[in-house]
Order: sequence, then structure tokens, then C-alpha cells
Amino acid sequence: MHTPITHLLALWGTLPDLIRTVVWILIISIAVILCVAFLTLWERKVIGWMQLRRGPNRVRIFGLLPGFGQPFADVFKLLTKEVIVPSSSNKFLFRLAPALALVPALAAWAVIPLSPALVVSKANAGLLYLLALSSMGVYGIILAGWSSNSKYAFLGAMRSAAQMVAYEIAMGFALVGVLMAAGSMNLGKIVGHQQGGVLAWNWFWLFPLFVVYLIAGVAETNRAPFDVAEGESEIVAGFHVEYSGIAFALFFLAEYANMILISALTAVFFFGGWLSPFAGYPVIGTTFLADPSFFWLGLKVFVFLFLFLWFRATFPRYRYDQIMRLGWKTLIPVTLVWICVEMLMSAVHIGPWAKPWFH
Amino acid sequence: MAQSTNDHPLAEIRNYTMNFGPQHPSAHGVLRLVLEMDGEVIQKADPHIGLLHRATEKLAESKPFNQSIGYMDRLDYVSMMCNEHAYVLAIEKLLGITPPERAQYIRVLFDEITRVLNHLMWLGAHALDIGAMTVFLLCFKEREELMDVYEAVSGTRMHATYYRPGGVYRDLPQSMPKYQPSKWRSRKEVERLNETRAGSMLDFIDAFAARFPASIADYETLLTDNRIWKQRTVNIGVVPPERALQLGFSGPMLRGSGVVWDLRKKQPYEVYERMDFDIPVGTNGDCYDRYLVRIEELRQSTRIIRQCVEWLRHNPGPVMIDDRKVRPPSREHMKGDMESLIHHFKFFTEGYEVPAGETYAAVEAPKGEFGIYLVSDGANKPYRLKCRAPGFAHLAALEEMVRGHMLADVVAVIGTQDIVFGEVDR
Repeated sequence: MHTPITHLLALWGTLPDLIRTVVWILIISIAVILCVAFLTLWERKVIGWMQLRRGPNRVRIFGLLPGFGQPFADVFKLLTKEVIVPSSSNKFLFRLAPALALVPALAAWAVIPLSPALVVSKANAGLLYLLALSSMGVYGIILAGWSSNSKYAFLGAMRSAAQMVAYEIAMGFALVGVLMAAGSMNLGKIVGHQQGGVLAWNWFWLFPLFVVYLIAGVAETNRAPFDVAEGESEIVAGFHVEYSGIAFALFFLAEYANMILISALTAVFFFGGWLSPFAGYPVIGTTFLADPSFFWLGLKVFVFLFLFLWFRATFPRYRYDQIMRLGWKTLIPVTLVWICVEMLMSAVHIGPWAKPWFH
Repeated sequence: MAQSTNDHPLAEIRNYTMNFGPQHPSAHGVLRLVLEMDGEVIQKADPHIGLLHRATEKLAESKPFNQSIGYMDRLDYVSMMCNEHAYVLAIEKLLGITPPERAQYIRVLFDEITRVLNHLMWLGAHALDIGAMTVFLLCFKEREELMDVYEAVSGTRMHATYYRPGGVYRDLPQSMPKYQPSKWRSRKEVERLNETRAGSMLDFIDAFAARFPASIADYETLLTDNRIWKQRTVNIGVVPPERALQLGFSGPMLRGSGVVWDLRKKQPYEVYERMDFDIPVGTNGDCYDRYLVRIEELRQSTRIIRQCVEWLRHNPGPVMIDDRKVRPPSREHMKGDMESLIHHFKFFTEGYEVPAGETYAAVEAPKGEFGIYLVSDGANKPYRLKCRAPGFAHLAALEEMVRGHMLADVVAVIGTQDIVFGEVDR
């Protein structure tokens, strides 16, 4: 059988690694951007239902699927609007900031294992890479707030910087726990180590760390109830108050891409990534339902994204100093205590340490 | 940037000023605050008012008495009929007339409906300011039903002009407007929406009052015990009771501080002395207590509404005093009788004359004591009209309430004051 498809596949195999990687990067980036588009629609729909309204239901695609054209209509609107650069701003940084916010959000996907076979880079220091990139994201926000030369934007940037520092530490400590459990910084290995059913996933033994990571994740993405950096009702739109058109859209894109990223990371670190929840059980464990696949990762990401939206519809906003207090006085001590508990667990060989991971 | 006058070389404190409003999502209209801040902490807050000044008091001096009723709606534009009430009461005092009993019950009924309208608007906006946006939509769903009541009784959703000296404009309608099926509303959905609209307006209000406590419980589940909500409101904007009295507070702002004062109980007007209701009072005088007071007022208003509905069902009668001085002739007379036509024309162009004198009439509006001071020189227009708006006194205390708090608390305090600029700027 020599159909055009097999020819293409054969050709794909012969391409140099560099080109293959670039193609994968393109595919994943475009997929993430498309996910963001539909996530905005899903968010508006879900919050609409929670608030007893309908959500977007007018713009259609090809006359079908009411509401599905909304994200594209929004993008076209933003693309055609003028990007106003304030005359007293630092124009270079003002234009650079949106890109600085977006690039880390997309670049982090390089090390996310989407399925057992599918990952752009099987970096051994994947976890460190992620920590480094998520700290980079805040530069976009700080620069945006500072270069706008507006007091509201500046307040937003200051709040964001302080918040990032506090929650980066809590997040880092939570990941130290994951690192201890898996014995590797390679995300593929972290997932692989959680094999053996739902209770073998990290969330069970590292539950406090999971909660801390999720809260810190919501704070890292500047989502409600931690959205003080843009705090609509206090500092209007915070760091991006001076941005319009596509420059604003880039911040928007970065925020939502970060949401998806944090959801994916939560799934990878604590919920077994691509692993099936049915694996490890007597009867169902032998059917196709137990096969690890991208589907399971997607499902888990979807659930965590829903949590983000649910939080936004439910909670009032924290005050800025209260966020600091929560981060420094609650989350960081919790992680430190649990890391000590983990040391005990590994000493007596229970939980993730029951299996010999070191050979 | 405002430079500190401190000239010590090491301790140079540099506060900065920030414009908060008039175009700010939490400015509740057109409040312009000039904030002097040290980081996020407020050192000084300077409210600037007057951006919504429409000279209502002056306009009233150039119009026959009845033609200013509509202007009163536009003062505090989320508690419309209560403003009318104070104005109409003042005219009635000068004229020395009393409206029929049924009209008094209708007024009490609509005063309480207005209180619910206002508090729903306040609750939604306050929650939205603090970041909980779902409450806003939930409140507006119920508010819409009451807006329909306003529309059914007066023909307009907001600016009703329903109260008149000597009674109310018309009796309660026997039917409620109904939803029609459309492209966006199926027949089935419309049937569900129209369920409570089959009978008279009193049936509709009764059905609303029956299910409204459950809605209040819904709002409370979202806020009352929510840790974030409590962190944002407890001990924010504390006003001790004696200070609240000195500042001229009234309404929930005063009761939140623990002062038992409600005009409906202390100086009952209309038929409030026959109503069975309680006055909720706070203890700490912070935003959270004022929130609880207003939530309880929603329940108490519902109680009053039910009592009024019960009485109105069984006691038909006139809703307007039979005094041709303040009441136009009926359409029937006007069409068939020359003198009545002339009377009608004179009534609406020239109006009636009010005996010389001065009076002050106040009602317990949702925001506090709304009073009208009216001076008449015996002409068909007021010689002078002065509105006593509760929001004005509250806003004056803003600086005191926010000093030392953070920027986010300014928003909470503006919300808790329930400021509406229609009445502050007038």
C-alpha cells in the first residue's frame, strides 16, 4: 500500500529533528490559542448559566452553533482597533510588555507531556524550566504597569509583583514535594511514576500540597478571587488599563493560556497526567478505558478549568494585603510542614516511596 | 505628586494623589474622589460633588406644586417613590389634608417595595464592588419583577410620579402585563414566567413576597458566611454610635452603628403604626453590620408588604381625596361639562394654591431620612424647597471612614454608604 498518506508519513520520518520540532511547536501553539478562544466562550457560557442568563448566543459559525462565532468576532474586533500608545509612556517597553507576558505562557508547553509519546522536549529539568518560565510571566505585567505611566497601572503592577513573589515560593515548595515523590524533574517521569490507579496519583499522598498548588496557581494567573492586579472595581483594569486593541488581546491571551497551563500542570503533577482513572482495577482495568491517552489529560484539564470559572463566579475579591497574608502565613508553612511529613513517609517507605524508583 | 512638608533629610515621605472617578466602575455614578495615598493606604480622601447637579430645588420654585413630583423621582433614582412621598407629605401638611386610608396603605406598600428595590440594587452593586459578581445578577432578577409592578401601576419603570397630594394617581390594576412567546422565549417558558401574573397585581405582589425570603437566603449563602466577604467587610469603615449621630447619619448607616432610630417607628407616618415589623440594629458599626442590617430590612419589608396586601385585598375604597382643589375632575366630567374642562385646564397649567407657611416632612427612605422642607408664600409654586438627602451626610463622612484603610476598602465603604448622586448633587 503506497497511498499519499504513507508517503507523507515516510517523509516525516526522514525530516531533520529541528524541522519536526518546529512543526510540533506550531501545532501546539495554534492548538493552545484555539483552546483559549473557546475557553473564553465557555467561561462566558458557564458564568452566564450560573447567573441565570444565557451567555453569548448570537454570533454563529456558518449559520450553525449559536455563540461559537463569538471568540472569533472578538478577535477580529480587537485586531481592527487602534492600539493607543500613551504619549507619556515608555514606548518601547509598552510595546514589548504584551509579548513578554505571552511568550512564557506558550513556551512552557514545550515540556508538558500530552500523551506517553507526545512531548516536544523531554527535558530532564522540565520542572525547573517551568518554574523559570512562570516567573518570567510577571515581567510582562510589571513592565506593562510601569511603562504605561499611569497610577492605576502602576498600582496593578506593584500588586502583581508582590503577589507573584509570595505565591511563586508556595508553588515552588509544593513542587518540591512532587519532586521528592517522583524522584525526577522530567515531567514524563513524574507522570509515569504515578501509575497504578487513582490512589497512586500524587494528590492522595500530597493532598495539602495539591491544595496549595491549586490556590497558588489561581493566584499566579491573576484570576478571581486573587485578581487584585487588574481589580476591576478598585484599580479599573490594573496593569493593562492603558492597553487597547490587539495589545490588550495579547494580555488576555496570556492570562487564559496560563490558566490552561496551570490546569495541565495540576493534572500532570497531582492527577497522573495522561493516565486513566480506571487503570489498576480488576475488570475495567483490562479494557480500553484503562489505556493512557491524551483524552484523560484533556478531561482533567477541563475539570480544573471549570474550577477556575466557578471560583470567578462565586468568590468576592481578596484585598491585596490579605492575599499576602494568605501566601506567606498559610500556604508556605503548610508546604514546609508537608515536606517534613514526606521525609518521614519516605523514611518508612509508604505511599509513593513504597515502590523502588531509584533503579 | 504631593511632596511632604517634612524636611528631615532621611524621612522624606512622598505621598501621591490619585483621581478616583468620576469615570470609575465603583464611583457609583459621578463621585470624584481625590485620594492622597501612601502606597495603598489612604491618607486623605477628598470627595468632589456636583457633577450631577440639576438644580432640582431651584426648578421647583418655578413650577406648580404637582409638576415637581416627577423631579423627586430623579433625586435618588433607585428609591423613587420614597422621594415623592416626602414631597407629597409636605404639600399635604401645608394644605392640611389627609389621603384616604386605602391610599395610605398603597403608599406604605410601595414605600416598602421601593425599599426592596433599593436594597437589591445596593446589595448587587456592593457585592460587585467587592468582586462577587453573581449576586448582582441574582438581585437584578428579582428587582425586575418589582420594576414590572412599578410599570403596571404607574406606566413607567423608574420615574413613577405615582403619589399625588391627596392620595395616589390611580388604584392598583386588576391584571399584570404578561410575557409573550418569541423567537427567544418558548411557549413553555412563557407559561412558567406568567404563572404568577394570571391574577391581579396584589396576587402578583403576594406571590413575590411569598418566595422572596428564599431568594434572600440565596444571597446570604453567597455572602454572609463567606470568609473573603467577612475579611473584606468586618471592621472596615467603623463608625461608633455617638459619632454616627454627630455626623447626621440616618437609615441603615445609623442603625448599623447600633442606634435605634427609624422614622417609621419613632414618628410614624401614613399607617406604619399599624404594621407589625422589627427594626434591625447592628453592634459594631462596620460594613458587615450594615450589610446584615440591610439584609434583615429586606425581610422586614417583605413582612410589611404582605400585611399591606392582606388589608388592600379586603378594603376597597377611594385612593384619592375628594377635594376638587387638589384633584382634577374625572375624564367623564371633563368631556361633558364645560366648567370641568376649564377646571381641568387650570388644574394642570396653573395648579392650586397652597396656604402660606413652612413645613418639614420626612420619610424613612431606604437610604435614611429623606426630608423636604417646603416654604410657601401662598402662591401656586413653592417659595423655597430644600431636600434633606441622607446620602449627602453619609458622603461627608467618607474621609473619616476610609482614612488609614487601603484602596480596596474605599470601594467597600462607598458601597456600604449606598450613595446615589442624584440625591447628593440634586
